[in-house]
Amino acid sequence: MTQTKAHVIIIGAGFTGCALAYDLARRGLAVTVVDRGEIASGTSGRTHGLLHSGARYCVNDQESAIECIHENIILRKIAHQCIEYNGGFFVALNEQDLAYQARFEIGAQQCGIEIDAIHPQKARQLEPNLNPAVLAVYHVPDGVFDPLRLALAFAASARFFGAEFLPYHEMENFLTNGQGTVTGIKLWNRLTNAHSELKADLVVNATGAWAGMILKKIGASVVVTPTPGIMVAYNRRLINRVINRLNEPGDGDILIPQRRMVVIGTTSYEAEEVDYIPVEKEQAIQMDRDAISLVPGVATCNRRGVYMSARPLIGKGEAGRSLARTFKCFDHRETDGIEGLVTITGGKATTCRLMAEKTADLVCQKLGLTATCETACEPLRSYREYYRPSGVNR
Amino acid sequence: MTEGHWHVTFCIYRKKGDQPPFYQDFPLEVDPDEYVLDGIERIWAFHDRSLTFRHACHHSTCGACGMLVNGVEKLTCITPIRAVTKNGGTIRVEPLRNFPVLSDLVVDMAEFYLRMEQAHALQVVPVAQSTLPYEPPPFPDDGLPHQRLNDCIECGMCVSACPIALTASSYQGPAALAATQQTYSLTGEKSLLSLVDCADGVWRCHSGFECTAVCPSNVDPAWRIMELRRQVIRHRIQRIFHQDR
Ligand SMILES: Cc1cc2nc3c(=O)[nH]c(=O)nc-3n(C[C@H](O)[C@H](O)[C@H](O)COP(=O)(O)OP(=O)(O)OC[C@H]3O[C@@H](n4cnc5c(N)ncnc54)[C@H](O)[C@@H]3O)c2cc1C
Ligand code: SF4
Ligand code: FES
Repeated sequence: MTQTKAHVIIIGAGFTGCALAYDLARRGLAVTVVDRGEIASGTSGRTHGLLHSGARYCVNDQESAIECIHENIILRKIAHQCIEYNGGFFVALNEQDLAYQARFEIGAQQCGIEIDAIHPQKARQLEPNLNPAVLAVYHVPDGVFDPLRLALAFAASARFFGAEFLPYHEMENFLTNGQGTVTGIKLWNRLTNAHSELKADLVVNATGAWAGMILKKIGASVVVTPTPGIMVAYNRRLINRVINRLNEPGDGDILIPQRRMVVIGTTSYEAEEVDYIPVEKEQAIQMDRDAISLVPGVATCNRRGVYMSARPLIGKGEAGRSLARTFKCFDHRETDGIEGLVTITGGKATTCRLMAEKTADLVCQKLGLTATCETACEPLRSYREYYRPSGVNR
Repeated sequence: MTEGHWHVTFCIYRKKGDQPPFYQDFPLEVDPDEYVLDGIERIWAFHDRSLTFRHACHHSTCGACGMLVNGVEKLTCITPIRAVTKNGGTIRVEPLRNFPVLSDLVVDMAEFYLRMEQAHALQVVPVAQSTLPYEPPPFPDDGLPHQRLNDCIECGMCVSACPIALTASSYQGPAALAATQQTYSLTGEKSLLSLVDCADGVWRCHSGFECTAVCPSNVDPAWRIMELRRQVIRHRIQRIFHQDR
């Protein structure tokens, strides 16, 4: 490779890796993204699909809430091509929900999230399938995205600025110079079964729930706890707006519309190994009940899909829901004395652009570059351009 | 055997690089309510890490997981094992037809996506006009400009099932033509009609209806192609009428 620009390898082509590739390529760096599977075949493809307004976190995790509302507004502008933006409701169904109301209103105001109280009768006119027993309703700026296309739109934009994508290439190990500096990675091309090495000035580990597995290969200490959850999709679009339960974040409390479906989610428990997450039938039945309590018409639908995926939550030991939903970027020189390696994990789909911005800032600082982030204003390229052939990239 | 579980054999098409393709059997204990894609992912996780397949959303919104299951196009993430075999049976899994195979079950979607782009296929559409014209509207219109992700998930299964695409690779194909019909209906972009009014466009279709039979997402490409023909002819007549004046 004849490269004069600084070359960065990103491991992982989920939202985080694709958004980071776009940011770095736009700043003028040479970028190669590797993933052992298809784009978004890890957690990102199997996300619930809610473009968070932040209201869910405005009481207990305000840092995440503020990140969400900022990024929600940006993504609605730059990724309009794959977002259903019809807003959402938070609905109270019992006394406990009503008791949360005051904290919710204050939290939303503190985080700068626009919420509107709506008379329950009016809400039921707008969403005729809503549980008729709703006691209080707020409108919030929620949306719904198509997961693969959101990742592809970032990847297409990254390719437009010269980034190279190598799907079906598994990172097997790190290359080092023997003195604690990462100099590249060893790769297994699963399309052809060939093995190869790829050098870089810096490697970014953007493998989400697998970040801890990758770091084990080099003895780094950052702990990431894979925290799976379930989603169930039903075969009728019964609502146009996202329906959230007005209470502290819990299980089965978000029902989203998507295409002709509605999708309920989710649960939260810790796991070690998440290459294959078996569907927990009990949890799926719980989801049916939860969905029906928000929108009784779900009882007349058929299940269309049931799936699981794992959040990458930073830290360990506490109950999954109490781990903050924000993200963290680690310079492994600081944490482990390893040069040339950065890990970005945690966060949400909704905040992937911001995660990329912060990581790209760190990458540039480490490489002694001064380029700044330019990803917040201009719409992303059409996601279909990811497949556009180009001499080097295909 | 766990109670209620079945023994099935996944017979999977394998191909790497320039080597000749072959079929490989993987006997699996499954819950019959699991989806075919779950079985394939388990084979990757526990039996053979070199197996490649496309997937992302696991609930029929991304369109990545279309494959041939026992010879028929299926969206594997929503196809229960129960629907395609019986206890002790075999599930034959192959890549989609009429696409270049990159490896195992992975096909190259580049040309397909390019055609969808050329057709100005919409991914987000107004809810009020999102369904087929002959379907009842799903919602009472509340006058608000609701939008939703479109029905076509760009899975390519209609192209795989199309007998014309098999013989004529230059044929624009059912998905792109259906998209043209929908986009034209919503935007009135006349240039789209000239793009499809050619031998590789609407006139190549032989009305086999295989596309509509396999479409997992209510697009009804066959109906849309017929409708597009009417739109093309109407446009031609209008043009003649204009010239005559
Ligand atoms: C149940 C659930 C529901 C969620 N719902 C929402 C929601 O509604 N809204 C929202 O904003 N967020 C949601 N999230 C969060 C969001 O989905 C994740 O934060 C996000 O997808 C993480 O993206 P990522 O790119 O960091 O990780 P991933 O998408 O997992 O990407 C990591 C990639 O690394 C690859 N990889 C792993 N090992 C290797 C290797 N050795 N070599 C090469 N590649 C490798 C994997 O194949 C994978 O593609 C949800 C998460 C879960 C679990
Ligand atoms: S028309 Fe149907 S079968 Fe064809 S690509 Fe679209 S969703 Fe798939
Ligand atoms: S994996 Fe997305 S449609 Fe099947």
